[in-house]
Amino acid sequence: MRTAYLDTLYDLAHKDSRVYALISDNGAIVYDKYRKDLADQYLNFGISEANMLGAAAGMASCGKIPYAYTIGAFLAYRAYEFIRNDICLQKQNVKIVGTGAGEVYSALGPTHHATEDLGGLQSLPNLTILCPASPMEVKKATVAAYHLEGPVYLRLGTNKEPEIYTDDYTFEVGKGVTVKEGDDVTLISFGSMVKDVLEAACLLSQDGIQARVINMHTMKPLDRELILQAIEETGKIITIEDHNIIGGLGSAVAGVIAESGRGVKFKRLGLKGFSNGYGTYEQVKNKNGIGLKQICDEVKTIVR
Amino acid sequence: MDNLEELKKISADIRKTIYTIAHHAGGGHMGSAYSMADIISVLYFGDVLRYDASNPDWNKRDRFILSKGHACYALYAVLAKAGYFDEEELLHVGQDDSKFGGHPKIHDIPGVEASTGALGHGLSFSIGIAYANKADGNDSHVYVILGDGECQEGSVWEGALSAPSLQLDNLTVLIDHNKLQAMDRLENIVSMAPLADKWKSFGWNVIEIDGHNHLEIRKALLARATGKPTLIIANTVKGKGVSFMENTPIWHYRMPNEQELPILMEELGLSKEDLE
Repeated sequence: MRTAYLDTLYDLAHKDSRVYALISDNGAIVYDKYRKDLADQYLNFGISEANMLGAAAGMASCGKIPYAYTIGAFLAYRAYEFIRNDICLQKQNVKIVGTGAGEVYSALGPTHHATEDLGGLQSLPNLTILCPASPMEVKKATVAAYHLEGPVYLRLGTNKEPEIYTDDYTFEVGKGVTVKEGDDVTLISFGSMVKDVLEAACLLSQDGIQARVINMHTMKPLDRELILQAIEETGKIITIEDHNIIGGLGSAVAGVIAESGRGVKFKRLGLKGFSNGYGTYEQVKNKNGIGLKQICDEVKTIVR
Repeated sequence: MDNLEELKKISADIRKTIYTIAHHAGGGHMGSAYSMADIISVLYFGDVLRYDASNPDWNKRDRFILSKGHACYALYAVLAKAGYFDEEELLHVGQDDSKFGGHPKIHDIPGVEASTGALGHGLSFSIGIAYANKADGNDSHVYVILGDGECQEGSVWEGALSAPSLQLDNLTVLIDHNKLQAMDRLENIVSMAPLADKWKSFGWNVIEIDGHNHLEIRKALLARATGKPTLIIANTVKGKGVSFMENTPIWHYRMPNEQELPILMEELGLSKEDLE
């Protein structure tokens, strides 16, 4: 995802001199070609996330389109008031790009995990939140953010996500995508977890459970219609996210279900506390209740 | 600035307006506004800031960011006097039908360049503007006023490090150094001394002035140093212009009572009619 983002931003910056790549001392090597070819549109603010976002807002007030990038946990927690007051309140055209969504920096531990970022950010007015699931979707989301006048939070994973789309995929902000059809239950996810959920859905089909899978790449504004359709057509809903179940995708979907007036079986699968343990991303997900087997078990429980 | 006396008269008028706003609003940070009343008067009426009130979005304008947003009555008063909006509108600040609140908001109020109020934001925002202006070859200057208590915010020092690194000599930061914060004197809470040495050591062009001397203020606001941002420490008196407010922490927010009001009116030259 990271490479897809950087390549896309590089192209955007080449075409439009208003586009700036701002960083907070993160991604040394990957920005080499920016330093070489786009030195005037690249700026490393050093280890000062708040200053970077405040300055990004000031730049945007002069017509620039800054993409401010660093580890999502540092942006969403340390610099939250700058996102709120300088960017969202003032409707400044800043793209806030957080890498390492959820626990993808598995071995680095909870200080580097963005597992509560959406809790604060999704309540911020004027902020669009995009959580793409694959490299191609990252490219399209990065371009969509450029065309969208106003604040955007782009939540990126790491560099290892497989492609789940073909070249003809169209991305539309605010429109979730049904990536697998099914009528027994609907699984809603986003970001790096979508590939796991698709894998789980394949395994479940071998057990005779046909799970619908929705990639809710836009966390905000949420595609209520698609959720309401799933409520009508499959009844049972499970959200799966690498984020705390409070304030994340599960909370948002729960709100839609509650307001729909329909009593459906519903389960939020995600973190219930700080991330626990180290290891590979797969190992850490297993330790924290969002591994492949746990997803399958949860689906079986709710379906039966 | 040909006429110093005229400029002093403008400062006196601004002080009157500040109280008039507070009087109708029923509150406000008057001490903080009075502290910087002379500074902001010189900025807008001493041939310093380049602006066109009839075209607030003019690309070539200098920008002023009031980082200590709680002192916005001073900003509202100068913006009205400069012609951004009718002064009559300031009789309804903070009220149901007003676009003016206790802290300034961009977009809502012509001439306001940033929504401030939470302290420690204005410097970074201004760095972004100064950087963008340089990138565009735009010779506009950026002015920021910080409170001295505000400098206790860590983010101020991120900006203090950043601006010299970016060689933003199109940026002037003025610290309204009245030595008081909301609860007490700075030195009794978190001392900022030696303030000038701190900024000098960060690489700023530091100038220290009497923040109520119009000539000194103007000279400092027009000072530039190639490759370096300028930092003005303006030594001021919180509540300046109203004897019982001066240097008294309680006037960070308080309103005058029945005994105090006539004294204030006399010292500022306000009549009963002015407050109707």
